[in-house]
Amino acid sequence: MPLLSIDNLGVAFETPDGEVQAVNGLSFAVEPGETLAIVGESGSGKSQTAFATMGLLARNGHATGRVTFDGRDLIGLGERELNRIRGDAMSMIFQDPMTSLNPYLKIGPQMTEIFQLHKGVGRRQARAEAVRMLDAVRIPDARARLDQYPHEFSGGMRQRIMIAMALLCRPKLLIADEPTTALDVTVQAQILKLLAEIRAEFGTAMILITHDLGIVADTCDRTLVMYGGRVMERGPTDTLFARPSHPYTVGLMRAVPRLDVDQDDLLTIPGEPPDMSRLPGGCPFAPRCAHMREVCRDVMPPLEPYGALHRACHAPPAEVETEAVR
Amino acid sequence: MSLLQIRNLDVTFDVAPRQSWPWTRPKKLQAVKDMSFDLEAGQTLGVVGESGSGKSTLARAIVGTVPASGGRILWDGGDLAQLTPRERRRHRRDVQMVFQDPLAALNPRMNVGQIISEPLLTHHPETSRADARRRAGEMMERVGLLPNLLNRYPHEFSGGQCQRIGIARALVLKPRLLICDEPVSALDVSVQAQVVNLLKRLTREMELSMIFIAHDLSVVKHVSDRTLVMYLGRKMEEGDARTIVRAPRHPYTQALIASVPIPDPVRERARIRPVIEGEPPSPVTPPSGCVFRTRCPKAQPDCAERVPPMLEPERSHLVACPYQEVISPLAV
Repeated sequence: MPLLSIDNLGVAFETPDGEVQAVNGLSFAVEPGETLAIVGESGSGKSQTAFATMGLLARNGHATGRVTFDGRDLIGLGERELNRIRGDAMSMIFQDPMTSLNPYLKIGPQMTEIFQLHKGVGRRQARAEAVRMLDAVRIPDARARLDQYPHEFSGGMRQRIMIAMALLCRPKLLIADEPTTALDVTVQAQILKLLAEIRAEFGTAMILITHDLGIVADTCDRTLVMYGGRVMERGPTDTLFARPSHPYTVGLMRAVPRLDVDQDDLLTIPGEPPDMSRLPGGCPFAPRCAHMREVCRDVMPPLEPYGALHRACHAPPAEVETEAVR
Repeated sequence: MSLLQIRNLDVTFDVAPRQSWPWTRPKKLQAVKDMSFDLEAGQTLGVVGESGSGKSTLARAIVGTVPASGGRILWDGGDLAQLTPRERRRHRRDVQMVFQDPLAALNPRMNVGQIISEPLLTHHPETSRADARRRAGEMMERVGLLPNLLNRYPHEFSGGQCQRIGIARALVLKPRLLICDEPVSALDVSVQAQVVNLLKRLTREMELSMIFIAHDLSVVKHVSDRTLVMYLGRKMEEGDARTIVRAPRHPYTQALIASVPIPDPVRERARIRPVIEGEPPSPVTPPSGCVFRTRCPKAQPDCAERVPPMLEPERSHLVACPYQEVISPLAV
């Protein structure tokens, strides 16, 4: 049985300009211990999917559909019940480690609070566990550093602290939303390595939200490509990168400058990501798609199996794949 | 003669120490230290480095918005510090800049036509309004925007479009050097490629020189003829853009390349990727000798004692490391 299964998830926001549909009919599952990448550009709905799963949507947002985690339906659950799961069996790390730590509190109390709350242990034991976790994320001299404030740490160290906090209760699922985007590349490499080691050690399943295809190739078992709040294509990372069959995935891969390949000109996707308050009917990618047909304007293609992949596209795979090969 | 020659450039800032009294002497932050390079007309130089490497300060010194505290910047053979007011105006016209945050770089209360024609009216006050508007419209087309959008305001455009407007504004004076400071890092991948291609096309068409600053080595390699790698204000390596990536010689460049994951799962798994430890030290208290030695896998005791000399192991490939050797962390 999957650890997390999301069924027909919809996320909508009430705004002064009307209702904005950020996520539309999204379904996927995460097995215990596996790593799933959610890839997409700004406005693709990748972060809102995570927020909806965690019950962290903004006040003007609401989620529909089913989110089942560890056998429990999460949507519609009250704050009190959610708080019992969040930070315990399921936790999240965010892009900017500075804004997710309380600048007025020392690291120690921020870390032990979660552990004391969920595990009902005393301060002393919680502190010992916090030290163990800081050691695990390779923060030197962990015991002394519990008495320091967030501003006394560098960006990379703060992200390590966030990871340690998220892992304190040994969650079954960790959601990481662009965890390395704010960091320098050499520090990013350290954090990615750390996340891989920690997954191996604790067997934590992970959803990694990113826009960086390199990170996906480096760390994730399966990949889900989102655009305009919908899944365009999903499947095992190897297959998806070797033979992408959706025009958007193909376009994304050809638009990335590569370190290992010399390209003369980058092939671009024309246009810009859609304005989510004015989504076209039908497939959201249609206005930028080279394989667009009449039906694409009006009918969103269903997500259908194709080999090891699932794709949502009206154009036949063969037509798209020949383009991918170049 | 090169268009731009940088000779032993230092840029130093005063920073207040943590505990400060009115009589406490300010600390010195060496943002750029002993930097030298040449830029030929029509060439693109990429500058890569992590945060705090001094790459933006270098750009500002060349534009003339921060003063050099040592060394010289020679523009067209003339020392930037000794220009006459007339020459200075010309330098300001000839060197234009494009910034990272496309929306923040545009005045929200001016329409696009005004934004693009403002530099024109500043430097050529005799230009008629109609003429300025016509030129702005031409620039819009040149950067791939519809000229009938001239009356719109920045907030009505997307990030990618705002960056195009910023480029149009920078190019309306037909400058000789365009300095782009992280021009695509705030943009989505699919839009990033459009702006990168646009910059490449424009530099070719307008015979522009460009300094392209970015933290993303893949983008820099793609755009530049030559690449300069900076760390804590110092030059670590400089050479042909593709050679730097294919056959890097400095341990820092090698670490940088090893840190970038490649979007190909099979190749990525086959790579050997040594991860370097730690984070860049504070530029207020840089390590003695070679500034990279505290994180360098090859560091020797003598690295702490002297600043490594700039070596030239092959033609026009400069490396600031006596233990330099070709190691390719790409392994493809």
